[in-house]
Amino acid sequence: MSILKGKAFKFGDNISTDHIAPGRLFHLRSNLPELAKHVLEDADPEFASKMSKGDFVVGGNNFGLGSSREHAPQIIKIAGVGAVLAKSFARIFYRNAINIGLLLIECDTDKINAGDELEVNIKEGYVYNKTQDIKLPFPPLPDVMIKLLNEGGLIEHIKKHGDFDLV
Amino acid sequence: MGQTIAEKILSKHADRPVKPGELIISNIDVVMVQDGTGPLAVNEFKKMGKGKLFNPERTILFIDHAAPSPRKELSNSHTVLRDFAKEYGAVLSEVGEGVCHQRLIESFVNPGEVLLGADSHTCTSGALGAFATGVGSTDIAVVMALGKTWLKVPSTYKIVLEGEFEKGVYAKDLILYLIGLIGADGATYKALEFTGSAVKNMTMSDRFTISNMAVEAGAKAGLFETDEKTREYLKQHGRENKFVEIKADDDAEYERVININLSDLKPMISLPHTVDNTKTIDEMPKVEVNQVYIGTCTNGRIEDLRIAAEILKNKKVKEGVRLLVAPASRQVFLQALEEGLITTLVNSGAAIVTSGCGACVGVHAGILGDGEVCLSSQNRNFQGRMGNTEGFIYLSSPATCAYSAIKGYIADVREVL
Repeated sequence: MSILKGKAFKFGDNISTDHIAPGRLFHLRSNLPELAKHVLEDADPEFASKMSKGDFVVGGNNFGLGSSREHAPQIIKIAGVGAVLAKSFARIFYRNAINIGLLLIECDTDKINAGDELEVNIKEGYVYNKTQDIKLPFPPLPDVMIKLLNEGGLIEHIKKHGDFDLV
Repeated sequence: MGQTIAEKILSKHADRPVKPGELIISNIDVVMVQDGTGPLAVNEFKKMGKGKLFNPERTILFIDHAAPSPRKELSNSHTVLRDFAKEYGAVLSEVGEGVCHQRLIESFVNPGEVLLGADSHTCTSGALGAFATGVGSTDIAVVMALGKTWLKVPSTYKIVLEGEFEKGVYAKDLILYLIGLIGADGATYKALEFTGSAVKNMTMSDRFTISNMAVEAGAKAGLFETDEKTREYLKQHGRENKFVEIKADDDAEYERVININLSDLKPMISLPHTVDNTKTIDEMPKVEVNQVYIGTCTNGRIEDLRIAAEILKNKKVKEGVRLLVAPASRQVFLQALEEGLITTLVNSGAAIVTSGCGACVGVHAGILGDGEVCLSSQNRNFQGRMGNTEGFIYLSSPATCAYSAIKGYIADVREVL
């Protein structure tokens, strides 16, 4: 998974977990594949139908703020999104994404427009915006995130080691 | 070097002195889920194959977000939690017992402990001098099995509170002011520690309101030191023996210090669709309201209902406005009945809703219509929060809510106090 390719779907600042997995669809939380058909619906009603597997969700500041509902990163992952790129992430969303193995990248998303073709190079730590021919560097992922992503998330980590083996 | 409250509690739970920025494995005293996050946690717990709960007596499952259930799918989710509680010996809080965070402070969490909850407003218990924070269902599944979790030790912002509130200004106005000041991501990954001479005059209810909304500035925890008020609160709830002194060292290091004089504050309103979009009541245009909601883990306590009832006594809710009131827990509801507050509120035109999260989570019991405006004592006004992206949510203190319900628009409660 060292280079990911896809198209950018652009969202603004403060995309909340209510935008991603709204309370009005609370009853679908026990059916994540069904809920995933509505992913980000309250921010862009057409997103789920327009995106292809591997495409990127590109946000601004404080992506994923609000409720602790893990269903939000879960359905982004189930929908087939390659990674979420944002200037910053809210704490609980970030942690949930690590735990379930959804890749998050912190970079300067002002330099990405809707529809841009992107390549994310995880190993070397940059996003290449092919459409605009610019490289956007991002800081290396924290060790704990790399370990959990490589092992397929927190549950798999615990199953493998029987306990935490992170520090 | 001295330690902040967060560093002290986490050092004790990691069995070594910890510093901000460090990744630690922390023991967890209390773990909880609610009906929105619990079924997923149960699922992940079972996947791990550990077979039993680490500490069943302090694993608590709350049915409060869709309680009573408005749909069969949610009824089935409730069944998952009830069956799990029975099979594994966990504690179940049923429909009508109240909002998880209110129940936790009333009956389950003690000073110096670490609480992990699958709900973002878990930080409410920080007012008891506990390190309490919200995480997701997978994290909780692991805590249920192992009794511990991984945490990054947060650095701390010290919020120094001096002076006294003017009439009509409350703890809710203070926390809305602070979030407006530093922004919805102004304290991401940080712990907030509230201190200063004004804190000792604050009721526990004030402190819970403030801690509850720490997460709305992105914070991991909202902490208060313990004092005689904490001891009295624990005594009233039958666990005075759980009191311990929790206090930062004098030479603790803070990443940032923010000073606020309470006497400078005015009634605050948070406008759609972010909590940090705040104005003082003086800066507000005239905004007519369709629904007013008093309740939730932020402001559904007995103290809040007393304030609302005092303002609504012998008054009527404006025609065309609906006032919904949800006491935060059964205990609060019973007390309000005993004090005659419910009679006063119902006489004014209020509809009483089951103790629980009610309209705040957009599942039932007060979903907004297209273009409708709600003024609420809750903690969040995100687009779609109350079940409709075409609705508009404003946040305020219960006093501002109550007075606005009478006037029919968002009004300055200082006019009647």
